[in-house]
Amino acid sequence: MGGDRHTVTAPARVRPAPGTILAIVLGAGLPLAFVGVFFAWPVGAMVLRGLVENGALDLGGFGEVLGRPRTLRLIGLTVGQAALASVICVVLGLPIAHVLYRLRFRGQRMLRALIVLPFVLPTVVVGVAFRTLLRKGGLLGPLELDGTFAAIMLALVFFNIAVVVRTVGSTWEGLDSRQEEAARVLGASPQRVWWTVTVPRLAPAIVSAASIVFLFCSTAFGVVLVLGGTRFGTIETEIYLLTTQFLDLRGASVLSITQLVVVVAVLLVAARARGRRTAQRRVAAAQSSRRPRRGDAPAILVTLLVAAFLALPIVALVARSLRTADGWGIGNYLALGGTGSRNALVVPVWAALGNSLAIAVQATAIALLIGLAASLVISRRPRSPGLRRALTGFDGALMLPLGVSAVTVGFGFLITLNQPPFDLRSSPILIPIAQALVALPLVVRTILPVLTGIDSRMRESAAVLGSPPWRVLRDVDLAIGWRPVVAASGFAFAVALGEFGATSFLSRPDRPTLPVVIFRLIGLPGGDNLGMALAASVVLAAVTVGVIALVERLRVGTMGAF
Amino acid sequence: MQKRNTIIGLTLASALAIGLAGCGSTGSVSDDAQKLVLITHDSFNLSDGVLAEFSKQTGYEVEVQAAGDGGELVNKLVLTKDSPLGDVVFGIDNTFASLAVNEGVLEDYASKDLTAAEEQYLLPAGSGREQLTPIDNGDVCINVDHEWFADAGIEEPVTLDDLVKPEYKDLLVAPAANSSSPGLAFLLATVAAYGDDGWQDYWQQLVDNGVKIDAGWSDAYYVDFSGPSSEGDRPLVVSYASSPPFEVPEGSSVAPTGALLDTCFRQTEYAGVIAGTEHEEGAQKLVDFLFSVEVQNDIPESMYVFPVNALATLPEGWSDYARVAENPYVIEPAEIDENRKQWISEWAAIATP
Repeated sequence: MGGDRHTVTAPARVRPAPGTILAIVLGAGLPLAFVGVFFAWPVGAMVLRGLVENGALDLGGFGEVLGRPRTLRLIGLTVGQAALASVICVVLGLPIAHVLYRLRFRGQRMLRALIVLPFVLPTVVVGVAFRTLLRKGGLLGPLELDGTFAAIMLALVFFNIAVVVRTVGSTWEGLDSRQEEAARVLGASPQRVWWTVTVPRLAPAIVSAASIVFLFCSTAFGVVLVLGGTRFGTIETEIYLLTTQFLDLRGASVLSITQLVVVVAVLLVAARARGRRTAQRRVAAAQSSRRPRRGDAPAILVTLLVAAFLALPIVALVARSLRTADGWGIGNYLALGGTGSRNALVVPVWAALGNSLAIAVQATAIALLIGLAASLVISRRPRSPGLRRALTGFDGALMLPLGVSAVTVGFGFLITLNQPPFDLRSSPILIPIAQALVALPLVVRTILPVLTGIDSRMRESAAVLGSPPWRVLRDVDLAIGWRPVVAASGFAFAVALGEFGATSFLSRPDRPTLPVVIFRLIGLPGGDNLGMALAASVVLAAVTVGVIALVERLRVGTMGAF
Repeated sequence: MQKRNTIIGLTLASALAIGLAGCGSTGSVSDDAQKLVLITHDSFNLSDGVLAEFSKQTGYEVEVQAAGDGGELVNKLVLTKDSPLGDVVFGIDNTFASLAVNEGVLEDYASKDLTAAEEQYLLPAGSGREQLTPIDNGDVCINVDHEWFADAGIEEPVTLDDLVKPEYKDLLVAPAANSSSPGLAFLLATVAAYGDDGWQDYWQQLVDNGVKIDAGWSDAYYVDFSGPSSEGDRPLVVSYASSPPFEVPEGSSVAPTGALLDTCFRQTEYAGVIAGTEHEEGAQKLVDFLFSVEVQNDIPESMYVFPVNALATLPEGWSDYARVAENPYVIEPAEIDENRKQWISEWAAIATP
């Protein structure tokens, strides 16, 4: 356990700076108010609607709904597919994070941006792309995966592997590799170094990433339906059906609560697994990264294989977008300047892209502001166990929006946000707010592992040496947390750009976002409409990758500050 | 103490930012005396200037808000009954009309311009006729890939009965009735054709004959259908009667696909005044306007459905490729509403075991 000597787990004995508790309360207030108004209230109201019958609470629905064999199967499938997808994403994502964030090679930054590409593609487009490959007679037809559970797994991994690579990568990037080197010099085998030195330090980030993937997968909707051919219903698809088709609010409420229980259980397990916080020595990435060597071959191989897997549907998509009625060409891209054949759209696709970018900037700003405030608070270590538990609960509360059905939240908006001061039901601001709710957990999970890894003695030394608290915050927390904050902003932006569920629920026909327009186009017959939908998807992906590549550059550019 | 100030500052700044962002919004539109909010489905579209014409005629501006398709739209109205989303709704179809009427989300008003010529689209008295004005209609029919059948040397199917014959094994793809609105329409066509007790058996035969069920229309049409803009190998797909014109190549007059007009279920879309509107007169005018010849003439090219107003004219080319079923399958909206859940559950058990 050579590595443990460098870590500090016991709370330091220095008295915390005065005002810590007040700061925690205030810093937590904003995120809590945000999640409270835009998540807890709408969801709570919606669930109550279903459970209150003639003014009295009626819990009879629980026994009835949960007693159906169908419900048990839905719960099993939901948990099963989400858990399996999380495990696969972690197993495949770690070697990729190593290659993209610990090694140094040409084109690395571009690859880091490219890995996010699947994450923003509209599910309906990816569904069509995947099924085109998997169907009988398709390129991967002989594998006979169409409509199987394995096909759902492939798609879930396709969408979510970036979460693991980026969340773990941004933590891993700054870890001091001298601990590993010391262990090697002292005679530890590479496996032993990995399990006893590296994994314990990465554990919080791995668990964070896995829990986000789990939440994303447990509420996955379009992917499950399209690739499973409607056979593999989940809690999410059932809530959608009960709410939008049958208005069976009682059944939907019971399932929403079930979903919440599953999510909270997962978050509790995750909080426990993240366990004690480990202080880490962090260094500039330039110091921790190195050129690839022979021992990296397996990780590089995994990266290449996964890259090929991710590229396949994307290449198919790009190829199809270049096919027009008159053969190969960029006709579909030129058409994006117009409103499609037979007046298919209300605005040109470029205008929709402009809307998307503007809204995504707002969403990113909101998510960063609230995520940063929340992360700074959660990263504190108050001595009172009660307060520490409260912080853990607060941490979990911010994650909940990922694990609860967008349908429940969306319908909840309609019945709650209709009174001043929150008369926002038809306001355009609700779109970036809804997107920020989805991006917030990613922001927190990217920043937090780094902030909690700060040895609290650094803050205390700074305080003892006379730094006022704001300087401690600036010179310690923000100086170290800067890189993950930028990484998180890129990720939040990507999430906002690609968000469809909540956005389509709220968007205005005259000011649609790009995913909404794509959905509209692919819902119309005709080769030119399909071509435009695919071209627009490629543009959406390219813009996202461009923005993230830019952020990566910015991130490296600011490294001189260290 | 300064750390506290920093955090307070951060909090205030954030609150301010969000507050400011909030100010950019238009807030509640119903407060504005001259503005009408039209709640509609995601596919609503009219040519530029059509709604502006309404403003010019009446002085009311129209703000369009999408609220999802079919059931989602109606259920949103039901949920927000106490605090209506807008003044007029357009896009309630015959499969959800009864629900909307029974839940009392609509005022009593049907356009005064309706005539006997539109009788076929009107809902039964006491069951929607007083609240809903028909605006457009479209048929959900089996689409057929003419080329495929010509190449294979097999005769094209004509009726629902044909689809379960062995020569059409593994040739049909349909979107699911529980996740797609054309999918539900096709299920209703079979219910209308074979009766409340017979359709289950028919669907079992369809399943035995290899029907493929996809989650959504896009998936069925673009992945599994064999048409010219699709990738698949199944020459029969559940789609719309208005789909074939989209497949006609520019400059050509031969349609590569067609609709089987004996397999159609008719969907009619209605408009109505939302109960609780503060602009009853304006709302009624808007319903009238949607039924006016001006809008009705614009509907085909904007929303790919047929107008209901007998005085409306179809655009050039429509009569050639987009044909109307003479005897489409229909079921009374009240009956649909009563049985929807039961039918969909039974269907799911048969078609997606």
